[in-house]
Amino acid sequence: MEPLIQLNAIAAPLRLANVNTDQLFPARFIKKPRAVGYAQYLFHDIRRTDAGNINTDFSLNQRKFETAKILFAGANFGSGSSREGAVYALYDSGFRAVFAPSFGEIFAANCLKNGVLTARLEQETILSIQEGLDHAQPPQVSVNVDQESITLPSGEVVDFDLDPFQKRCLMNGLNEIDLSLEFNDAITAFEDNHRKTFPWTML
Amino acid sequence: MPSTLFDKIWSTHVVTDRGNESLLYVDRVLLQENSFHAFDKIRREGRTIRNPKQAFGFSDHYVPTRNRELGVEGIQDPEIRNMVQLITSDTATYGIELFGLGHDYQGILHVVGPEFGITQPGLVIAGADSHTSTHGALGAYAFGIGSSEVAHVLATQTLWRSKPKTLRVTISGQRKAGVSSKDLILFLIKTIGSGGAVGYAIEYYGDTIDELSVEARMTVCNMSIEAGARAGLVAPDKKAFDYMQGRPIAPNGPLWDQALSYWRTLKTEPGSVFDREVRIEAKEIVPQVTWGTNPEMVTDVTGCIPDPDMEQDPERKGRMMRALEYMGLNANQLIQSIQLDRVFIGSCTNSRIEDLRVAAQVMKGQTCRIPTMIVPGSEQVKRTAESEGLDEIFRLAGAEWLAPGCSMCVGINGDMLESGERAASTSNRNFEGRQGQGGRTHLVSPAMAAAASITGRFENISSYEEARSWSL
Ligand code: SF4
Repeated sequence: MEPLIQLNAIAAPLRLANVNTDQLFPARFIKKPRAVGYAQYLFHDIRRTDAGNINTDFSLNQRKFETAKILFAGANFGSGSSREGAVYALYDSGFRAVFAPSFGEIFAANCLKNGVLTARLEQETILSIQEGLDHAQPPQVSVNVDQESITLPSGEVVDFDLDPFQKRCLMNGLNEIDLSLEFNDAITAFEDNHRKTFPWTML
Repeated sequence: MPSTLFDKIWSTHVVTDRGNESLLYVDRVLLQENSFHAFDKIRREGRTIRNPKQAFGFSDHYVPTRNRELGVEGIQDPEIRNMVQLITSDTATYGIELFGLGHDYQGILHVVGPEFGITQPGLVIAGADSHTSTHGALGAYAFGIGSSEVAHVLATQTLWRSKPKTLRVTISGQRKAGVSSKDLILFLIKTIGSGGAVGYAIEYYGDTIDELSVEARMTVCNMSIEAGARAGLVAPDKKAFDYMQGRPIAPNGPLWDQALSYWRTLKTEPGSVFDREVRIEAKEIVPQVTWGTNPEMVTDVTGCIPDPDMEQDPERKGRMMRALEYMGLNANQLIQSIQLDRVFIGSCTNSRIEDLRVAAQVMKGQTCRIPTMIVPGSEQVKRTAESEGLDEIFRLAGAEWLAPGCSMCVGINGDMLESGERAASTSNRNFEGRQGQGGRTHLVSPAMAAAASITGRFENISSYEEARSWSL
């Protein structure tokens, strides 16, 4: 996994609450192998009008946000299913950080596994940042993972909180399975004990 | 300090701690066709699977509901066929049991897990699907995970978890006739919102829950995820133990006695403290119907579509307007005036035998006015229904009686709504495009869906004379 330490990139506002994984990545694309590149499926249906044309009201369709790697989104972002394709679609589109008032839990966990930062900001803060991005030329933002801070186009700095483990994983690009396998002995000891206490559960 | 059911399961599964996270031992991991990403990761990183016997594979999301006798070869769409083949070959490679096409217990993972005895009280169960919360109805801590975490469990039999906060939902009192477990959970989602339980594990409590059958409790736990919670639990009681007995891989002989005496300890002790409490009076609930594109957009069958102009919050107002536009509905329109095009009875929320029995009671001797698909949750459900003659009732009414799988709940096997089509559906998500691009979904209980099939509209089934005798 690619370490994420500092990110200087275009940021885009996404003014929708409860954006769910079906919107991020419609179910009919799940059967596509990752090798085809999932960027083409990100927000596939909401990017388009009912007639199938590109919806220019949708922020990510606007030229100034086209190359965005950072998203400032509405509450409960990524709610819905456990499909990790939603994260692959974001990642393959270049996104490395999403800020929102709250996240679907499975989605946030999936982001971490793929080196995508998710962090919560107050609703008010998000709204004012989104407003700022609309007016900024370019809407360039800098995210410092170590400092847990965001420098906005106006020069203003906003802090966010990261769980220490989440931070370590992101900054070092760690593969979690390798980390966990360091506890292999502890897992084996646990299993032995579990087998004695709850013999019917071990198959 | 007195401990909760959840605490007891948690504390018996902690391998080690790291900051505010624990490495949790996972007793069972459930896989489905979409788990191919997890197997890819295992292969790419050259890992082995720690305990293949504690993993179970299911062919459910992509399997066809028609022409099943043709097997995998009969699947026309090469991409869909490929998905069914992938889970077959991946599970075979790693020695994982697969409930695939042709298996006596093939079906939706959340229906088959309990049926086969994979789900047991006190276990930690992780599933490659968000509705894994369903299994909590038997007193397990069960939750959905993404592909990377599936790979993590396969390789280590563990997962890192920070302990969720606990929310106790107490539902008490007598339900009105025709009010089912589906209505209870929809009402809860309306009450706390679709993000209302984010960060919590829900424990369901109260005499209304006690009174529910184990299957009805599964419906409640199933949709806990639509309230934002990853897990929902009901403390196991005599009904749960009776349900467990004789399941193919449930403990038996002396192990049964040992398991049972442990399971009896799995309850929340009096005086336990929850992080949050929500109380609901069952008598306030009437049959529910969703009108929008999020499960929290739900109202009484006797009510009307809310008016966005009455909404103060501009953000919510915008969402309501967008939802009404998508759904092709107007503010203040009566729910009972909505004309439906189709009915879908199925999904891991409502495709168990009790669901089908109620649907059959409603449809018996009647004629479907609109196309109606009935998709049992598993081969076992299908077989039981057929032995009871339910399939005959459905066929005589003009409904389609199909083979088990997820089907139109998510539409990825090809069973889909056409754009603009409006369905009454017993599934769990009414998101835009969920049942097919442009499709319009109204979530309801099986009895409501069956009644809608007969008249083409939503009926207040509480007023049906026979509703009193339904066990929902
Ligand atoms: S029935 Fe629907 S919700 Fe349940 S597992 Fe299948 S697709 Fe998911």
